[in-house]
Amino acid sequence: AEAAELRARLRAVRHTVLVLSGKGGVGKSTFSALLAHGLAADETKQVALLDIDICGPSIPKIMGLEGEQVHQSGSGWSPVYVEENLGVMSVGFLLSSPDDAVIWRGPKKNGLIKQFLRDVDWGEVDYLIVDTPPGTSDEHLSIVQYLSATHIDGAVIITTPQEVSLQDVRKEINFCRKVKLPIIGVVENMSGFVCPKCKNESQIFPPTTGGAEKMCQNLNVSLLGKVPLDPQIGKSCDRGQSFLAEAPESPATLSYRNIIQRIQEYCEQHHLQEEKIM
Amino acid sequence: LAERPSLAGVRHILLVLSGKGGVGKSTISTELALALRSAGKRVGILDVDLCGPSIPRMLRVQDSAVHQCDSGWVPVFVGQDKAIALMSIGFLLERPDDAVVWRGPKKNALIKQFVTDVAWGDLDFLIVDTPPGTSDEHISAVEALRPHQLLGAILVTTPQ
Repeated sequence: AEAAELRARLRAVRHTVLVLSGKGGVGKSTFSALLAHGLAADETKQVALLDIDICGPSIPKIMGLEGEQVHQSGSGWSPVYVEENLGVMSVGFLLSSPDDAVIWRGPKKNGLIKQFLRDVDWGEVDYLIVDTPPGTSDEHLSIVQYLSATHIDGAVIITTPQEVSLQDVRKEINFCRKVKLPIIGVVENMSGFVCPKCKNESQIFPPTTGGAEKMCQNLNVSLLGKVPLDPQIGKSCDRGQSFLAEAPESPATLSYRNIIQRIQEYCEQHHLQEEKIM
Repeated sequence: LAERPSLAGVRHILLVLSGKGGVGKSTISTELALALRSAGKRVGILDVDLCGPSIPRMLRVQDSAVHQCDSGWVPVFVGQDKAIALMSIGFLLERPDDAVVWRGPKKNALIKQFVTDVAWGDLDFLIVDTPPGTSDEHISAVEALRPHQLLGAILVTTPQ
């Protein structure tokens, strides 16, 4: 009965993309937010961004929605809308103060994630993007389990170039394979820094074991792209503005846009294949 | 004969926390341990990041395994003089790329074991490295360590 409830609620969602890592602080939330902004640039598309990082919800700040509250209506919880076609849900909106720590064990976290999926009135959605916390634990198991009521197009896995990140990301790739979650591809963030003054490139996080490129080759997954470090990215996130809009000329923006396009193409193709099968 | 609790010989326990991932908790834990060792202290590191254990690689022992003795699990000894005691789930994995996909209760059980069943011996400092967040691992680690000499927490952040 529960599965039927979730299926009904998620029936109007065309594409679902999970943004995962394994490693913390590599740019999952940043990427999720920019993916949402990028997809919502097409005003004919309805985009939903769900933040299931219950302990460290970054999406409200990154989307410029701090202090917003969730409203209830007859049809469920209303997402908070950034644009008419871009709605957001996060535990951040349920806290009375942004510094309140959510110190919950697994089962309580799972309960909230289920509520987010069952009780939020997303309406018709072209893209549901799910931002996750680092790791391979309750939240990840639960989201895959609950979303099996609909279907997940795939996962985008975020990393940075150094081996300490890659070793956690390899685990995440294995997690995806274990739970049969298709992997759309890997994004390597913080991939080099170009000095705005002298234009020299430095590897702030040197890829001592070949970076995401080598890892993707070894594990037979797609490398969707590499995004260089740009201090403007962090600033835009802190200020709740879209980096793509604030720095349209940055090499990082170009990378992000290419990656977003590849994800869109993957989803559209996936959909066509599914329709063929049916 | 009464069994000596495994943390009885530990003088100070420090937790390294953040909330945020990727800010350098494991890096700081490692460097702190090495610095304290350099200063002649007896040091141990307990890595309770079960999903993303970074400490073994940072100390170049990612291929080590742990053994049992009469008083429990023997930590892996690392550092230049092999005198820093380290315990991490990294040592218990069959393959390094194996994902530890555990829900809370299983994680809690292992963390308790790491606290009560490791033969830490006599240490001046036990540094506990944690994963990001404020969840099962953190609650369990604090619960298990509170009866002992829990000195306090060091919080790590980045500027943004």
